[in-house]
Amino acid sequence: MVTRGSTDTAALLDVLHGVPDPEVPALDIVELGIVRRVEMRPDGVVVVEVTPTYSGCPAMQAIEQDIMAALRAKGYDRVELRTVFSPAWTTDWLSDAAKAKLTAYGIAPPGRAETEQPLVPLGPVVRHAACPYCGSSNTERKSEFGPTACKAIHFCHQCHQPFEEFKAI
Amino acid sequence: MDALFEYLLRLGDDRLVLGHRLSEWCGHGPVLEEDIALANVALDLIGQATHFLRLAGQVEGKGRDEDALAYFRDAIDYRNVNLVELPNGDYGHTIVRQFLFDAWSVPLLEALERTSHAELAGIAAKAHKEARYHLRHSGEWVLRLGDGTDESHRRAQMALDQLWPYTGELFASDEVDRALAGTIAPDPSALQPAWREVVSDVASRATLTLPSEGYMQSGGRQGRHTEHLGHLLAEMQILARSHPGAKW
Repeated sequence: MVTRGSTDTAALLDVLHGVPDPEVPALDIVELGIVRRVEMRPDGVVVVEVTPTYSGCPAMQAIEQDIMAALRAKGYDRVELRTVFSPAWTTDWLSDAAKAKLTAYGIAPPGRAETEQPLVPLGPVVRHAACPYCGSSNTERKSEFGPTACKAIHFCHQCHQPFEEFKAI
Repeated sequence: MDALFEYLLRLGDDRLVLGHRLSEWCGHGPVLEEDIALANVALDLIGQATHFLRLAGQVEGKGRDEDALAYFRDAIDYRNVNLVELPNGDYGHTIVRQFLFDAWSVPLLEALERTSHAELAGIAAKAHKEARYHLRHSGEWVLRLGDGTDESHRRAQMALDQLWPYTGELFASDEVDRALAGTIAPDPSALQPAWREVVSDVASRATLTLPSEGYMQSGGRQGRHTEHLGHLLAEMQILARSHPGAKW
């Protein structure tokens, strides 16, 4: 049970660090930047603000349920979830440590989100994601769309493996 | 009539109907990557529609949420442009329609990021990022198909010719737009130069010829739709209407 005094933001954040992303379980939802703010209101209600990664991310509902369950398990029974859109989620919020976890999990981490590239470039985009298995940059993006909204599909010509990249957005 | 409510329906319905059309490709794409790509774009568009329609329901203040607006309105109450309800046709037809839509959606959402309505601005900022990679995808395919084989060129040109009369509606304004212009929403006609620039650029690189300006179809914004929308809605709405309030 939660006692008064341990209900500071750091304790709440600790709980939320224990909630993995359902589609990329190598990262938790705080590391991913999905949790924007958490606080205990004076009336005892825990307010959690979350932001969607993609407008249609089907994992958001599961994430919200996981947040409620994790907080309840620690004795926080009154929780209010809010969805915020601004500022829009970006992969630039991922720390270097989070990116290293992605690589170790077998997903190439995102590069910097580019907003200034031409709208319809001629020919393929030139960034070659490093293969998370062998580290080679002799790779090719096969499709900007992968098994989930947040991932693209690449192929490594060095170790002949297909791999996923966490898209920069 | 509340102009903001009407405007949010337009934003939501365009994306809901186009997202539903694209989802029809799931399992039928010409190659696996494109099957996945179109399903992903459909997911983004339906997600954006969810947010616009939820806000519409809140603005209306009659207790309708995004599901009530999506599943319990008839075609005459839908406010999407006719372009998005047209049948998919072949893959080239789907891609050209998507390109014409994406090239319009990018500057529209970019303008809405600066709207005085904070929540609308937030939803638009998120959707704008997605619209940019949608346009990259559809634009690259217009280049491949237009400047591809004789057959792909012929089909892409035919799609462009057939879809062109449906593009005028994207830039037409009525009393809803006039009520919001300059504060909440951009004047639709102000988006045309940016759209035209991208469309002309990609078409010329794709060796496609833009049709000359002529008769433009309209009416979707006022609920006058082609016969195709009713069939689409019947398929989309039947489950929710057969089992109202069902959860699974």
